[in-house]
Amino acid sequence: MEKIYLAIAFTPLIGAIIAGFAGARIGRAGAHWVTSVGVGISALLSIYVLLGFISGDRQTFNGTVYHWMVSDGITFEVGFLVDTLTALMMSVVTFVSLCVHVYTIGYMSHDEENWPGGSLAGTNSYQRFFSYISLFTFSMLMLVMSNNFLQLFFGWEAVGLVSYLLIGFWSVRESAIFANLKAFLVNRVGDFGFLLGIAAVAMYFNSISYVDVFAKAPELADTQIQICGVSLSLMSVICILLFIGAMGKSAQVPLHVWLPDSMEGPTPISALIHAATMVTAGIFMVARMSPLYELSETALSFVLIIGATTAFFTGLIGIVQNDIKRVVAYSTLSQLGYMTVALGASAYAAGIFHLMTHAFFKALLFLAAGSVIIAMHHDQDIRNMGGLKKYMPITYWTSLIGTLALIGFPGMSGFFSKDSIIEAVHHSSIPGSGYAYLMVILGVFVTALYSFRMFFLVFHGKERMDEHTRHHLQESPRVVTVPLILLAIPSVFIGAMTVGGVVFGDWFQGVIYVAPQHDVVGELAKGYHGVLGFIMHGLFGLPTFLAAAGFGTAYYIYMKNPDIADRIKGSAALLHKLLDKKYFFDELYQFLFAGGSRGLGNALWKGGDRVLIDGMVVNGSARMVGVLAAFIRHLQTGYLYHYAFAMILGLLALLALFVI
Amino acid sequence: MQFEASSLIPVLPEIFILSVACFVLVVDLFMEDRQRIISYFLTQAGLLVAVLVTLGVSQPEAQVVFDGSYVRDGMSDALKIGIYLISFVAFLYAKDYLRERDLFKGEYFVLGLFAVLGMMVMVSAYSFLTAYLGLELLSLSLYAMVAFDRDSKAGSEAAMKYFVLGAIASGMLLYGISMIYGATGSIEFEKVAAALTGTGMENKVLVFGLVFVVIGLAFKLGAVPFHMWMPDVYHGAPVTVTLFLGSAPKLAAFALAMRLLVDGLGPLHADWQGMLVVLAVLSMALGNVIAIAQTNIKRMLAYSTISHVGFILLGILAGTSEGYSASMFYTIVYAITSLGGFGIVILLSRQGFEAENLEDYKGLHERSPWFAAMMMLLMFSMAGVPPTVGFWAKLFVLDAVVSVDLVWVALVGVFFSIIGAFYYIRIVKLMYFDKPEAGELVTAGMDTRVVLSINGALMLVLGLFPAGLLALCARAIG
Repeated sequence: MEKIYLAIAFTPLIGAIIAGFAGARIGRAGAHWVTSVGVGISALLSIYVLLGFISGDRQTFNGTVYHWMVSDGITFEVGFLVDTLTALMMSVVTFVSLCVHVYTIGYMSHDEENWPGGSLAGTNSYQRFFSYISLFTFSMLMLVMSNNFLQLFFGWEAVGLVSYLLIGFWSVRESAIFANLKAFLVNRVGDFGFLLGIAAVAMYFNSISYVDVFAKAPELADTQIQICGVSLSLMSVICILLFIGAMGKSAQVPLHVWLPDSMEGPTPISALIHAATMVTAGIFMVARMSPLYELSETALSFVLIIGATTAFFTGLIGIVQNDIKRVVAYSTLSQLGYMTVALGASAYAAGIFHLMTHAFFKALLFLAAGSVIIAMHHDQDIRNMGGLKKYMPITYWTSLIGTLALIGFPGMSGFFSKDSIIEAVHHSSIPGSGYAYLMVILGVFVTALYSFRMFFLVFHGKERMDEHTRHHLQESPRVVTVPLILLAIPSVFIGAMTVGGVVFGDWFQGVIYVAPQHDVVGELAKGYHGVLGFIMHGLFGLPTFLAAAGFGTAYYIYMKNPDIADRIKGSAALLHKLLDKKYFFDELYQFLFAGGSRGLGNALWKGGDRVLIDGMVVNGSARMVGVLAAFIRHLQTGYLYHYAFAMILGLLALLALFVI
Repeated sequence: MQFEASSLIPVLPEIFILSVACFVLVVDLFMEDRQRIISYFLTQAGLLVAVLVTLGVSQPEAQVVFDGSYVRDGMSDALKIGIYLISFVAFLYAKDYLRERDLFKGEYFVLGLFAVLGMMVMVSAYSFLTAYLGLELLSLSLYAMVAFDRDSKAGSEAAMKYFVLGAIASGMLLYGISMIYGATGSIEFEKVAAALTGTGMENKVLVFGLVFVVIGLAFKLGAVPFHMWMPDVYHGAPVTVTLFLGSAPKLAAFALAMRLLVDGLGPLHADWQGMLVVLAVLSMALGNVIAIAQTNIKRMLAYSTISHVGFILLGILAGTSEGYSASMFYTIVYAITSLGGFGIVILLSRQGFEAENLEDYKGLHERSPWFAAMMMLLMFSMAGVPPTVGFWAKLFVLDAVVSVDLVWVALVGVFFSIIGAFYYIRIVKLMYFDKPEAGELVTAGMDTRVVLSINGALMLVLGLFPAGLLALCARAIG
């Protein structure tokens, strides 16, 4: 039992180590083979495990792999908890990762052109890239398979590290370095909260194993703690702190600023890390912690409001972006908001379901965007595209599938997940659910608008690229298009196939805990009569009309009457500026936090560090030790009789101390 | 004295090593210089087989044989295996170095094997007399090994100093033993301990004897102020001997301290605890401070050893089984680390050139990135930087003294290890940030490269997964 889980987690690591350390020796082909095969094995085994759970043969596994240490009564260990939730995540992660591995072979095949000639960092960059994405897969698997908070934190930080390395993969570009530093620092803020949350768990539960913590949680449900004289509910504090971690990793307002910038990284990374898997770690974590969150309505409310705000307002920004990847990035932010809303409404199953469907169609959209970027010779501005449909049929059709899935076209995978979330929020009675419902329902319109705006600008209308680029336009190679097709299949079907089981069935029975008074999914399940019924019900629902309206608006503005876009821009200049500047979050943070901490750092460096610490403490004491050492070493004269004399003196001293 | 053949079984490993030593001695007589490698292989094979023999006679419970003067228990098994393996690696590192300098003689290995035998006797001693016998067997072999390069003036001088001071220390130890014999009427640890529990602690003769015994131990371990021989001997001896001297015998010295102080004089814990506190604090302070002023890496490592001895004493003086196992963990880790550290020194030394000065390590990264990384791990481990194993070793002994309410001693330890971190990290700085003076690449035989790499990597591996070794130590102490 345990062996298979070890194999799933560690095969990608072995691939990463080989490609990373022996990259020069095994060459490009060696590197992509060893990592792809490693992840492929992992993916096959994960799907095997998932099938085991579906057929009911496989039981939840919870066991220790390595016992690290016991400190102060708390056991630290590496262990796996594999249940239906984990199995689902493992399969999604490894499957998307495998597609991305294959896709990368095509995408990065001319990577040497991205580096200045003779650059040391550019040597073996291809192999390094594969090593990183395999390492990422390992880290993500450790995160989702963990059975304790320590390993969760390890995985959490490890995926953050790889994300940092990959955003700044083209380390000779100023903007990439800026973006990865930004991602790293913003994530620090979230991780600080996360770590405090884990510390609070360790302090009050005296254990960091999930099973123990969940078992003990009801006892501590009403515990109040004092922080600076204010009495707070322990559960609310823990849950909100943990959620702050999730806000950083899953890019929720106001910690979302790093995600659009992360698009500086190569496109396969945007698909794998910044759309399908890593950014959903926060969603997964909250779902995993459902027994804790259910005990605090305050925390759920907090989650709900943050999620709803993210879902709507970041979607709006997507309408005015012109970089193809940034549009998809803002769409990701908005969709992550949807998942978070589901969590806040206690519809964890719907949140995870949306996570899964989104992983497929968003990875698809990103990879399709990457395919367009390859064809456009790394020009990412959608204003320079148009009419690509006839040059890139496979990319066109797969993009259409991805877009339809994203806007929730009835029958596509996104339809089921998004509709479940909207319905769940509608039924929820948690404070803030009214606001959340409004945001998510308006968000549907916005989603359709920005999605089709991009789709039309890229694939239809006038061909706006220059002559040279047009001349070279062609469909991407097979290693690029095959992953697109592979991802398009689940983007269409996975929703209809699994909605009955995952959301309304008993798939998460005993894994996700929902308090009876919050059980909105249970409510919905009573009205669920099969997939067709769900589609029929959704077909005449408000979301579908709004999506259609969004489509219509996009069609009218960008296909029928292109001038209108400029006129709107002119008449609502202020609004446009607000959106274009992304609500001035970046400027605020730059000024307040980056500027403020630099100022503080400067002051402390000049006053405290150079004068006090360096001048007196460090150099002063070092000088003193140095002088002392130079003096004492002269005691070592080299004369035998001095040595013997020292021994006798020692003897006398000991005798004097202890006998007399 | 009764004699039964079955009482020979627990001492089979000793008998085996003795036979190997004699066999190598005889075989070596009939060999020409170019066949000398045979002695080397015989020795190494003997050490590996000894591991199997020791495992073979190992049993869960302790066995006391030869009328209570010899013991075989968990600690002795573990330490003996450690001694074989460390000696094995020490000889392996030495091979190429000795050949280049025309020192590749059978005597080297014969003396080494007798030293191993001496260590084994120390580890298994259960009476003062056995302990003393083991100690002398080890010391005599080491005196000769220090002077192995007969043309080296420094070597002969070091051996002479070592011998004279060692004789003084042995004299003191014997004198102390005689006092204790006078007070308790026995030299067997079990009976001495029993007699001590009966009598009170106010017996001045006992404490008087104890002081001398502790001094004998302190000399062997190299604790301040009985450390004067160490820098000179470490410096003067051929580096392969320094490597041997600084690794395996530390395990034996730890065992000797455990046998004498805990098994034999355990009831006097309150008295020797105070003495060890003095020795430990002085060792940590002086060792770390003087090491900073050294420019010769062998001397620097000698002072570093002195400071590590202070840490080893910390665990023993705690007087709890956690403390003892922490100390054992520290000793084993230290032996492995110093093995690697001197291994790098040997690796960098070439014919007619000893990489003894700190300048020789400048820019090592450019000459051999891999071994520079290994050296960095080793140095970090000595300094106690996580995630290397040296961190755990320090943490456990400090934890042991804190748990017996000697917080100030722990603070002193931490304070001086911060000072000590300087000279370890200086090596790292020299290797990575300075320009190399010698340009040539580092060459060595495959065996040395592989074992040295394992040795360095072990710092990290044990640092990440310390549980196994820790459990081993806890089980050995029982």
